[in-house]
Amino acid sequence: MKKSFGILGLLVAVCVVTALLSGSFLSAYNIENVLRRSALFGILSIGVGFVIITGGIDLSLGSVVCLVGCALPWLLSVQHWPLPLALLAVTAISLGIGLFHGLLITKLRIQPFIVTLCGLLLYRGIARGFTADQTVGFGSEFKTLRLLATGKIPFLPGFELPAPLLFLGVVAVLAAVFLNRTIFGRYLLALGRNPQAATYSGIPTQRMTVLAYVISSGLAGLGGVLFVLDVNSAQPVDFGNFYELYAIAAAVLGGCSLRGGEGSIVGILIGAALMQVLRNMITLVTTRNNVEFAIIGAVILLGVVADELARRIAAKRRAAQVLQNAVAG
Amino acid sequence: MASPLLEARQISKSFAGVRALKEVSLSVYPGEVLAVIGENGAGKSTLMKILAGVQAPDSGALLLDGTVRTIGSVQEALSLGIALIHQELNLAETLDVGANIFLGREPHRFGWVDAGRVNREASLVLERVGLRVDPGTLVGDLTIGQQQLVEIAKALSVNARVLIMDEPTSSLSDHETQVLLSLIRELRSKGVGIVYISHRLGEVRGLADRVEVLRDGENAGRLLKDEISHGAMVQLMVGRELSQYYPHQTHSAGEVVLEVKGLRTRAHPGESVDFHVRAGEVVGMAGLVGAGRSELLEALFGVVPALQGTVRVSGRLVSPGSPRGAMDARIALVPEDRKHQGLFLEMGVRENLSITSLHRDQAGGFLNRPAEKALCEEMIPAMRIKSAGVDQPVQFLSGGNQQKVVIGKWLATRPRVFLLDEPTRGVDIGAKQEIYRLMEELAAKGVAVLFVSSDLEEILGMSDRVLVLHEGRLSGELLRSELSEEAVMRLATGAHTEAATAN
Repeated sequence: MKKSFGILGLLVAVCVVTALLSGSFLSAYNIENVLRRSALFGILSIGVGFVIITGGIDLSLGSVVCLVGCALPWLLSVQHWPLPLALLAVTAISLGIGLFHGLLITKLRIQPFIVTLCGLLLYRGIARGFTADQTVGFGSEFKTLRLLATGKIPFLPGFELPAPLLFLGVVAVLAAVFLNRTIFGRYLLALGRNPQAATYSGIPTQRMTVLAYVISSGLAGLGGVLFVLDVNSAQPVDFGNFYELYAIAAAVLGGCSLRGGEGSIVGILIGAALMQVLRNMITLVTTRNNVEFAIIGAVILLGVVADELARRIAAKRRAAQVLQNAVAG
Repeated sequence: MASPLLEARQISKSFAGVRALKEVSLSVYPGEVLAVIGENGAGKSTLMKILAGVQAPDSGALLLDGTVRTIGSVQEALSLGIALIHQELNLAETLDVGANIFLGREPHRFGWVDAGRVNREASLVLERVGLRVDPGTLVGDLTIGQQQLVEIAKALSVNARVLIMDEPTSSLSDHETQVLLSLIRELRSKGVGIVYISHRLGEVRGLADRVEVLRDGENAGRLLKDEISHGAMVQLMVGRELSQYYPHQTHSAGEVVLEVKGLRTRAHPGESVDFHVRAGEVVGMAGLVGAGRSELLEALFGVVPALQGTVRVSGRLVSPGSPRGAMDARIALVPEDRKHQGLFLEMGVRENLSITSLHRDQAGGFLNRPAEKALCEEMIPAMRIKSAGVDQPVQFLSGGNQQKVVIGKWLATRPRVFLLDEPTRGVDIGAKQEIYRLMEELAAKGVAVLFVSSDLEEILGMSDRVLVLHEGRLSGELLRSELSEEAVMRLATGAHTEAATAN
């Protein structure tokens, strides 16, 4: 929790700066928009956060977003499947992908980077294949279904909360409880800290690893459904492109160490929001969208460097403390 | 006696305002072995790092051949003929043996590494340390003991006049230790001054010409050759006399708890092992490195499942295919490598202690915080774990306290069979005794205790019965009345295999 204060400060600072530079940042329309994007990316970031906590990585989730985002309208509008069946299919696809990754990583011991990099290419390729690169969408149908992503919940007079925030809330609470209150969450953290000691402690390390990848792909699938419901259509060439990097960056900014074993759900949420506020700032403040990546890259680097420096100072202080105890005792 | 080769005068050193060394002096003469002993935290390693140029002293002087020198770096120390062999291995595992020996000072011609010379000279020093491996072997493929010998070969290759060894035998088998000790004697006869740090007092007694004892960062006393005895050393180290070093008591062994039949491990698939351990018995397992002792324990614990064979606990057949399976049969293993296999270094004492019992105490998958808290309240005082609090990361505890955490997390599972692999490696005397006491207490409660150790004194001191492994085969079994260093070594080196199998 303490670790999240730094990133929360950064988020507030970026919000203040953006508000000062652009009058429209604090408009109800803009805030709703940023919240909606943050909620959608927050769901993806929590998923990949679980994988990062085990010391792994999931590069495939942007392509899972694409596959699911294309499959749902394609199944509904082109293949005319009944809605429950289509939803069941995309759920099975996304969970199946996670299971597939997890088994390759634990049973065949292939590195997560390789497995999910191949996944990144594979799932987008499949989506582009069955759609023949054509945009798939809902057209003017499924208005009710789309409310899941486009709907608004009255909150304050003149201000409504976007529906995806509800999904994020549920996912975040479940994730936080799972990570902090169940033995499985403790196992995941321990596994990320030291996989060998985890094995020697009787933790079912393989099952826990598979579980993390299933969570990641599962939430990517949920994200994919909400994203496509939100924008109404998906263009398989670039739908979900780079989303894995936004999600990973949010998790890392939020305190997940790529070395594993560290991370909090609150931190990840703040990280996801920071990413979206940054993007929003670039659109509002600059006239050039093309510097977006440069600015985001620089800010992430800055955050991570600051975190590392803070950590070193703390470690130095603690080492001195230990020495003191050792000499005294 | 000639003038000292290397002398340290009134060395003081503080880290962030905390004093690690206070006006410590010592001198090394050519052709002698000076043993430096003391409990963990006494300042031995810091002093050695100052001698070898790794760290600079705050005050005090270093004299080489009677003249004051400042040794500003490791390179400078090496060029003056002072080499330090660290306690931890500092080898590049992905490079071969030859490359490691000459790392940073590769013989070269026209900018290319002279591979022929590397090989020739590496072979020579490897032969001197008694390590028969090709210089082209990857260091990562060697056992820890062999890696330690590579480290020593590396120090020899610079023709050191002063050789400082920080616990060089802590990961060596008895055989490798013997090779190293005779090498040290040979170097001594050639006039090299050797500074030797060890926790193994038996070794020190046999080897040292003089002993320098450090306590709490100060000189606590020195012993000349004929004053060196176990009791005198322990007394100076701890500042009091330890009534009895090994708290061993003869137990009345009960029924057979652990029964192993025809067990084959991956390390030695051609050999099968049969043995049993009774309730209340402490059985020591001796053998050289590579004899398959750790692999045997890991098979019993299901980390690397056995290829074949049966394991029974209290008569019930268990087939440990995983550590969880072994735990269900109430087997516990304190593994060999504390930092990598035993602990989650960045996690707190509490989380480390409870990790093995979370699933037992769970409430429908949820953490049982009261049970976790109760466990800490029980274990920390019982094990005398010294920490700044239950959430202090265990990486900041001393080696002895870390080991107590590992033992505690397995006590929490209330095992019937307690396996320990090198339980006192890198642990100071005070903590060692507490670990011995715990082993005794477990046995007294009727637990079957089986421990592997490369410290022969410990094997002799703690065991009711000793099993000796030689190249994966049980080469013999000795009762307490039959125990002697010679008897164990004969079996461990395979000299007695014929007679033992005839029994």
